[in-house]
Parts: sequence; structure tokens; C-alpha cells
Amino acid sequence: MNEHLLSIHDVSAEDIVRILDTAESFREVGTRVIKKVPALRGRTVVNLFYENSTRTRISFELAAKRLSADVINFSTSGSSVSKGESLKDTALTLQAMGADAIVIRHSSSGAPLTLTRWVHGSVLNAGDGTHEHPTQALLDLYTMRDRLGRIEGLRAAIVGDVLHSRVARSLSFALAKMGAEATLVGPPTLIPPDAPAWGVQVSHDLESVLPKLDVCYMLRVQKERQRQQYFPSVREYARLFGLTRDRVAALPEGALVMHPGPMNRGVEIDSDVADLPRSVIEEQVTNGIAIRMSLLYLLLGGSRTETGGADA
Amino acid sequence: MSGTRLMDEAEIRRAVTRVAHEILERNKGAEGVVLIGIAARGDDLARRLAAEIERIEGSQVRVGALDITFYRDDIGMRADAPEVHETRIDFDVNDRTVVLVDDVLFTGRTIRAAMDALVDFGRPTAIQLAVLVDRGHRELPIRADYVGKNVPTRRDEDVRVALREVDGEDAVLVQAPASSRMGEGA
Repeated sequence: MNEHLLSIHDVSAEDIVRILDTAESFREVGTRVIKKVPALRGRTVVNLFYENSTRTRISFELAAKRLSADVINFSTSGSSVSKGESLKDTALTLQAMGADAIVIRHSSSGAPLTLTRWVHGSVLNAGDGTHEHPTQALLDLYTMRDRLGRIEGLRAAIVGDVLHSRVARSLSFALAKMGAEATLVGPPTLIPPDAPAWGVQVSHDLESVLPKLDVCYMLRVQKERQRQQYFPSVREYARLFGLTRDRVAALPEGALVMHPGPMNRGVEIDSDVADLPRSVIEEQVTNGIAIRMSLLYLLLGGSRTETGGADA
Repeated sequence: MSGTRLMDEAEIRRAVTRVAHEILERNKGAEGVVLIGIAARGDDLARRLAAEIERIEGSQVRVGALDITFYRDDIGMRADAPEVHETRIDFDVNDRTVVLVDDVLFTGRTIRAAMDALVDFGRPTAIQLAVLVDRGHRELPIRADYVGKNVPTRRDEDVRVALREVDGEDAVLVQAPASSRMGEGA
């Protein structure tokens, strides 16, 4: 595996299988009375969040703590960043403090890649701009494989604001890599023009796609996109692309409803739909911890990141 | 698999039977005894011991599998993160006598890790250790309670247990170290 996880393009299909298999063992750890193993004792993981994201940060924090790593949460408000420190200086500071891994969330696409130029440790992308959110895609694959027994050949629709969604990009790449058939569904204004090059289909009609699906993946729709005129009104959006009870009835038996959270109940997904047994949204959250433990373990469990060089 | 054969199928079968008897003798029956095998191969041996105990005593003992990867003391010293196996202990270990089962006892570091892992699941009354082969060269103060066969080895030799369940045959093999094998031109 690569030293960093910046994009789904950094991992091969075999790597993905290994990440998911290792996560299986970590999920078992999460069921124990003592949900903690000493695997990464003495390692330091820094959560560097330039954008607010409580759930992703907590998930990474819990993952690192359950591996016995030391965790430092560095958020931009109330830190030197609000005093005008640049990403580079922050990175060099963390480097000087001996961070073995840096988990970064940034509003600029490519910030994690830039960070790798300044630090020796592993960099994990926890979401950068409209680029990628690879750990989310991996936990989604894990949840699909866990529930449906396979990924290859699955038919999945990713519905909503694909244009601004790093989750949709990472998940599309990951599904294509694993041999699943993904279809992006949304209004033409919210589907990126280069989408066919991702190895996915495109549709603007949710109803026609639903009966053929194994997975219906709803994206969060940000209401401010209406002001930016990507769609005329939230109500119209919900009417055309919201997952209602009627639409769920059109899904085949056993098809899953997924959402990366946080949800806008009543916009992209009806409130009672989110609570159906086929909605695995909470499982995605639980599996996210296991996937992030797996990634931290696989990236930091070897000797490459150890200062002082490798020994046998 | 090549190398000198230390035990064949019949010898392994007899050793498992004897160890099953010894476990019952020492613990005065199978009451409160559970077997936990260390993955990989220790869990297969644990299942065989459980089958023997059932045959001898007529009582069933619970069997679990324990992966010790996350408790290893050499994480970060190898080039890649060690591969992970499945842990499955779907019973309570509190107030039970846990017999840890492994294929080869060597440095003792695996057993140290297994004991650390086990106490995260609860507080057993006692932990005992059963191994198919004890090859010596301990680096920690650990000894086995039940031994299938004591085998004097050189430290740099490679001792491997093959089991039907994973390898298609039952055998214990010893191989000379890779460096001297190359010297022989083999």
C-alpha cells in the first residue's frame, strides 16, 4: 500500500480488499468489553481539521484511541491558524512534534497532497474541497459488502449534488475499481460534465433507475446551492430527487438505502425512510470506525513511517 | 512442503489424544474448561482437542479463536503491518479455565501477546498452555502445560506444522535456515 491515503486512486483493488478484511477484525474489537488493542502504542495521530466535521473527526479520534495511539485534535478555531499561520508552518510544527500520521480535512482540493511535501508521516485525506473523501468511500464499500456479500456486480445509484460532492467522486471511483455499476442521478446542473470518464452512468430520472438497484446512495443537498441557482427551490428538488416512501417501494427487495450524513430529513430523504430497516446509515457510522482503524493500522503498522529507519 | 519430517499424521493424532487426556486429568474433567486456539492453526488444533475431549469424556467444551496481531511486540519493526486473522470468542472467559492452544512454542512472545489479548476479554480462573511442538529457545519466562512433542532445534531452523484443515496434510517439518540451504545448492 501507498504511504498516504489521498485519493481512491492511491489504492488498488487488492489493497481495498485487504483494508476491508482488516476492518472486519477491527469491528470485532469494537464488540469486546475492552474495545481497545495496543497495536499503535507510542504512535501519534494528529487530526488537522480546517473545516468543521464533528462526525469524521470523532470517528478518526475513536479509531486512533482504540489502537492505543496518542491523538491530538488540532482545529482551526482557537488555534494558531486563526492567528494567520499558514498550512506549511502548521505542518512543519506538527512534523517537529513527531506526528506519525496527519488526518487532514480542508476546504481546498489538494491540500492533503501539498501537505505530503512537508511532513514525513502518513497523510490521510479526511475530505478536501470538492476533490475526494476516500475513507468515506471505503466505509461505504465495507457496509455494502457486509450487507450484500459482495461489491462486484452491484448496481448502485448515487443521487443528488454530485458536482460538489467529494463523497460521490471517491465512491464512484471505488465502485468502478471494484467492478460495481454506478449511476449518478441528479439534475443536469449538479452532475459534473466529465462524469462519464469516471466509469459511471448518468441519469436525470430517479424513478427509472430505482427498480434496478442494489444500493440507493443519497447525497446531502446543501440548501445554499439554491441561492447559487443550481436548482429552483428546495421543494422542487425534494419532489424530483428526494427519497420518499413511494420511491423506496420501487426499490427491489433487499436493496439498501445509504447516506454519508449529516442528513437533511425531508429534503434528500424522507424522515421515515431514513429509519427503515433497509437504511443502513447508522451502520455506516459504526463501520467507519473499523475502516479508519484498519487504515491507520495498515499505514502505521509497518516500519516505513518510523523515524530512525527500518530494522528487521 | 519439504524438509525433515518430525511428526507424521499418526504421531500428531496420538499426541492430540494424549494432550486431551492430560487436560482432563489435570482439570479433573471438562467442567469449566474452554479451549482458545491462536490463529492460524492453533484454532484448528483446539477444535481437534475439543473433539477428542468429547469422545473421551462425552462432554462438550467451547472453542474460540484468538488473533494476536494487534498485541505483537514487533509492530512497526517489520516492513509491512502484519496480516490479521479472525478472532472469535463467543463465550464468557470469566471464571473459566482457558487452555490456550498453539502449534509451535518457540520464543514465547506469541503466548505473551495471547495472554495480554485474553485478559481484555475477562478474568479467567486460570490460563494453561497446550502446544503441539515445543522447540525451545524461549526469550520469555513461559512454559507449556501440555506438550505434544519436545523437539530440540537450532535457533535458525524453521519448524512448520501442516494441518489437514489448511494445508491438506498433517505433518511437522523442520527446515534448515535459508542461508545454509543455499550453501547446499538445493
